[in-house]
Amino acid sequence: MNILAVVEQRDGTLRRSAAEVVTAAKSLADAQGGKVHALVIGPANTDTASLAKYGADTIQLASGEAADHYDPDVFAATVAERVGAGDYFAVLFAAGAQGRDLAPRVAAKLDVPLAADATGLAVEDGELVVTRPVYAGRAFAKVTLDAQPRLVSVRPNTFRPEESEGAGTVENVSVSTAPSRVKVRETKAAEGAKMDVADAPIVVSGGRGLKGPEHWTLLEQLRDALGSTAALGASRAVVDAGWRPHAEQVGQTGKTVSPQLYFAVGISGAMQHLAGMRSARTIVAINKDPDAPIFKVADYGIVGDAHEVVPALAEEIRKGR
Amino acid sequence: MKIVVCIKRVPDTEARIRISGGTAIDPAGIKFVISPYDEFALETALRLKEAHGSAEVLAVSVGESTTGEQLRSALAMGADGAVLLKGQTSFDGLATAHALAAEIREQNADLVLLGMKAVDDDQQQVGPMLAELLDRPCITVAASVTLEDSTVVCEREVEGGVEVVEAGLPAVVTITKGEFEPRYPSLKGIMAAKKKPLAEKDAQLAPSRIQVRELTLPPERPAGRIVGEGKDAVPELVRLLRDEAKVI
Ligand SMILES: Cc1cc2nc3c(=O)[nH]c(=O)nc-3n(C[C@H](O)[C@H](O)[C@H](O)COP(=O)(O)OP(=O)(O)OC[C@H]3O[C@@H](n4cnc5c(N)ncnc54)[C@H](O)[C@@H]3O)c2cc1C
Ligand SMILES: Nc1ncnc2c1ncn2[C@@H]1O[C@H](COP(=O)(O)O)[C@@H](O)[C@H]1O
Repeated sequence: MNILAVVEQRDGTLRRSAAEVVTAAKSLADAQGGKVHALVIGPANTDTASLAKYGADTIQLASGEAADHYDPDVFAATVAERVGAGDYFAVLFAAGAQGRDLAPRVAAKLDVPLAADATGLAVEDGELVVTRPVYAGRAFAKVTLDAQPRLVSVRPNTFRPEESEGAGTVENVSVSTAPSRVKVRETKAAEGAKMDVADAPIVVSGGRGLKGPEHWTLLEQLRDALGSTAALGASRAVVDAGWRPHAEQVGQTGKTVSPQLYFAVGISGAMQHLAGMRSARTIVAINKDPDAPIFKVADYGIVGDAHEVVPALAEEIRKGR
Repeated sequence: MKIVVCIKRVPDTEARIRISGGTAIDPAGIKFVISPYDEFALETALRLKEAHGSAEVLAVSVGESTTGEQLRSALAMGADGAVLLKGQTSFDGLATAHALAAEIREQNADLVLLGMKAVDDDQQQVGPMLAELLDRPCITVAASVTLEDSTVVCEREVEGGVEVVEAGLPAVVTITKGEFEPRYPSLKGIMAAKKKPLAEKDAQLAPSRIQVRELTLPPERPAGRIVGEGKDAVPELVRLLRDEAKVI
């Protein structure tokens, strides 16, 4: 049976997660002998060609004025209509900010359950087994869904894009005419936020050990040295102190991140912080206390003063570029 | 104006999770609390009430009878009433949303507030599902909520910024942490809570359509290593990141 991959774009450019979702869909399609259909809701000129490279056989492009900006009512109705028009084994979403808003609405419209934020997918005896973190990553559940289609959102930065041939036939489909009920009055860009911490493959997080908001220039230097895909993160202590915006908070009451590389600078490593970042692939800790709990989860640590180590680190990385 | 706040009983965020029988956690020794985002939702409701005077705030939860403890805490914080919908919840957020929808239709709430996610199952889905079932607009992950006549206005964190959005009442809003902390129940609040109504009824809960095959503890992260002290360790760290971890 076929798999539908619902992928995201911004201003006509596919998001990084698109390749991940299609790759995940491809592995399920292969295990089933089905095809991958990718659904993109966005501007007519959205560059969808790369989806074929990850195995999309059909690319459904829903474009029109209502598709240019994310609107939960219009997008959810459009996805539900597409799902209804096919006979899908599973429908996959990206579990980023937009996907986590969208997928539950689609699930309720279709009257099927949803497994959110999957970190693993497998087909066992014809059944889809989803692995997902629970209790903020303190446990993992393997679950199955008693419904068709099976709705799953997949955690960003977890399913590595893998290239494989797909026909990539583009099909234009219509955007739902469902009325929009939530209006955007205004969008305020966050200061200096180039990339959202939840999506970034590299995260540089700072905590109370930095001693004051004025020292964030150190972390900005490190972020800039690491390139345009790096984002800043923060512990709750510094968000509560008003040094950094809540949008940057990592942890149980902040964002869950799974980047390739996570720097914890002047962060002690409280349980609630670890909850948000322990699934990062590589963790680096810089802390002046050798007994700080963060060193228990870090792959690499430097014991030392952030004010001394971070500038040297930024410099060394810049040198090697 | 009637505001319903949906709250869930969850293990404390510090709790050490142990598995019992392979598919569930062992509740022994665990302290249970109101899920942190639901406390923010309740605080938001209480502040809206304080700003508008005439509002009534009702806390609703689907859970077993032990959930009465969390509903009492909600009453002590300042909710005017509470309803316990008795039943055993699961990962199937849609089943929970159906049970909540049945009660909320009966209550005729103008505004329903939920946490953006419950910190046990981390599904982040009940709010938007509930809104669909009630056919109401839904704003998710709101950091602030204000009311302007029959419109609800929220600030929400989006990728790269903050978005100000609005929807007409009746509406459903899910709450993230905003500018303020949830209040602690005062002694007076705790005394008053004893006299407030806590209704109990059976939840209209369909069987879960999400089956748990296995629940396991996360693999231990292999012990890391201290590369060195101070800035002298930096070149070695960068070499390891480049050649061993291959992440830069
Ligand atoms: C319900 C609940 C939810 C929570 N949610 C979150 C959450 O989402 N995210 C989160 O982060 N926390 C959360 N917390 C808070 C958490 O328990 C910790 O209080 C918080 O993470 C501590 O932040 P910190 O590491 O920056 O500060 P601290 O714990 O004060 O640690 C500062 C660290 O900096 C080091 N240091 C000091 N000076 C230097 C220096 N010059 N150079 C290098 N290192 C130095 C110190 O050795 C120390 O380890 C939550 C708590 C609760 C109860
Ligand atoms: N059993 C429940 N009873 C009442 N509210 C709930 C229940 N489960 C979830 N909720 C609400 O839905 C929000 C999101 O939960 P979840 O989708 O499970 O992450 C929670 O923060 C609560 O506000």
